[in-house]
Amino acid sequence: MAFNRNKMTQPQERKTRFFDSESLSPNTFAYILMIPAAIVMFGVVVYPFFYNVVLSFSNMSLRHFRDWHLIGFRQYIEVFRGQVFYTVFLKTLVWTFVNIFFHVTIGVSLALVLNRKLFGKAALRTLLILPWAIPQVIVALTWRSMFNYEYGAINLFIARYLQMAPVEWLGKPLEAFSACIITNIWLGFPFMMTIALGGLQSIPQELYEAADIDGASAWQKFWSVTYPLLKPVMIPAITLGIIWTFNNVNIIWLVSNGGEPSDQTHILVSYVYKAAFNLYRYGYAAALSMVIFAILLIFSLVFLKRTKASEAAY
Amino acid sequence: MSHKAKTQNLKLRILNLVLYFLLIGFTLAVLYPIVNVFSISLRPGNRLLSTSLRIIPDGATFHAYKELFTQTQFLLWFWNSSIIAATVTVTGVALASTAGYAFSRFNFYGKKSAMVGLLVTQMFPPTMLLLPMYIMLLKLHLINSYLGIIVIYTSTALPFCVWQMKGYYDTIPFSLEESARIDGSTRWGAFTKIVLPLAAPALVITALFSFMTAWAEYVVAAQVLQDTSLFTLPLGLKQFEASMSTQWGLYAAGSLIISIPAVALFLFLSRWLISGLTLGSVKG
Repeated sequence: MAFNRNKMTQPQERKTRFFDSESLSPNTFAYILMIPAAIVMFGVVVYPFFYNVVLSFSNMSLRHFRDWHLIGFRQYIEVFRGQVFYTVFLKTLVWTFVNIFFHVTIGVSLALVLNRKLFGKAALRTLLILPWAIPQVIVALTWRSMFNYEYGAINLFIARYLQMAPVEWLGKPLEAFSACIITNIWLGFPFMMTIALGGLQSIPQELYEAADIDGASAWQKFWSVTYPLLKPVMIPAITLGIIWTFNNVNIIWLVSNGGEPSDQTHILVSYVYKAAFNLYRYGYAAALSMVIFAILLIFSLVFLKRTKASEAAY
Repeated sequence: MSHKAKTQNLKLRILNLVLYFLLIGFTLAVLYPIVNVFSISLRPGNRLLSTSLRIIPDGATFHAYKELFTQTQFLLWFWNSSIIAATVTVTGVALASTAGYAFSRFNFYGKKSAMVGLLVTQMFPPTMLLLPMYIMLLKLHLINSYLGIIVIYTSTALPFCVWQMKGYYDTIPFSLEESARIDGSTRWGAFTKIVLPLAAPALVITALFSFMTAWAEYVVAAQVLQDTSLFTLPLGLKQFEASMSTQWGLYAAGSLIISIPAVALFLFLSRWLISGLTLGSVKG
């Protein structure tokens, strides 16, 4: 953004008409363009956000829906005192790390392959994007049915081709959590693949030719050309991916049917969702939402600073 | 051909072969769940629970599709989802294209903090806004109305869309508007006649993203819409899925039909998607 965007302020001789964008100063014009979006954002983001802050200091629940009052930090203390928060937080970290690890490794590997000259490349690429295109709800419910103990395709495969005992995917905590992760890996890698492919295509071919002249091996070319040039493209995508995965209620909620078995498969967001909408603990859920938000905010600041991608974000 | 070149050629061929197997393996893993749903949708009602892995089941029939359209509220749900998604898409594009333009072209007070603020909203856990919105809707008696859900969906998609539009406008040279204005065009005219057409790829992504946000959303809809006649498609599907032994076929047929518009749109637009997303992420 080196050049000055305010060139529009240069006075120009022109007749001003009433209600014409000409008669307005550039900033007024900018504000008018922003007003519709600003009103919507204020009504459904800013106001609810502060409402949530107030709720988090209150005792509101289904029982105290009309006669709620402020109770200070009690809900926050409640959050941090319970053992559940720490177990669920740990599960959230595992969930996020495992998912992003596989999304990026599978996505980048496939992108590297698809970036070569291959027969039928376009068709394969289209097919590989499919999991991203299918609505998440359907992905989750479909995988849930495939994990069914007796009739699900996965156990039928295991029994028929691997000759192993069927796995009780949805009935046991670890298995159910793995089922959620498998589902989410399946649906998440095409995003990383697409971003990586775009990044690879923008790397100038001359760099590889120059590396060839210098006698670089494929491995050296990857680490000294591909990797450094792909990194700036991937870092924002990974940051977004981490936030999205951390905050993904859909998959956990629908694959494990609301945390089954016995609330053992929750990550933080599904746990809050349950506290708010199944257990009607509004004040507690609001406080826990604030804690999750703080965790993500701190993570993003640290991550973006460490990777120095913050300049790229402006 | 020298010996060395020959071995290198052979190596390359083997490598390509291995990579092909890898690609095809992944493609099969991607396709299988879709094939599986398709095969279940063809099962006759008395063989829904079968342990067969055949793709075309014995006695395959389109009965589930027929039942879906004639004996359930599927068409109504389809209509409801279409109305909601269309409204969200139009509003989202209108708001994001104007706000993104303001962010890209003008320096005004509070611009930087507004941009950062938009980014920060992406870190909100879904319940953070849903819970207060839900309580507000309860108090305003807007539960079971589309207004509430349309507003929530629009605001969910908006921050990403504004950033996306801003990033794309940044790549369009400012000189184009300047020359249009020298030719006597107004500011609004320069924006709508010169810049917007050039920003078509970004508009397309904004539209797609808004549509996808609204078309098959479950978590918000499950709280805000409780009357079955107001259900959107995901809520209806979940109902089928819950009684798997009797309605598995309906679920399978329904989910294929719901996916088709989303997937078709997505694939049709995917070439713009790749360029738009990477531009967005490189240029921010």
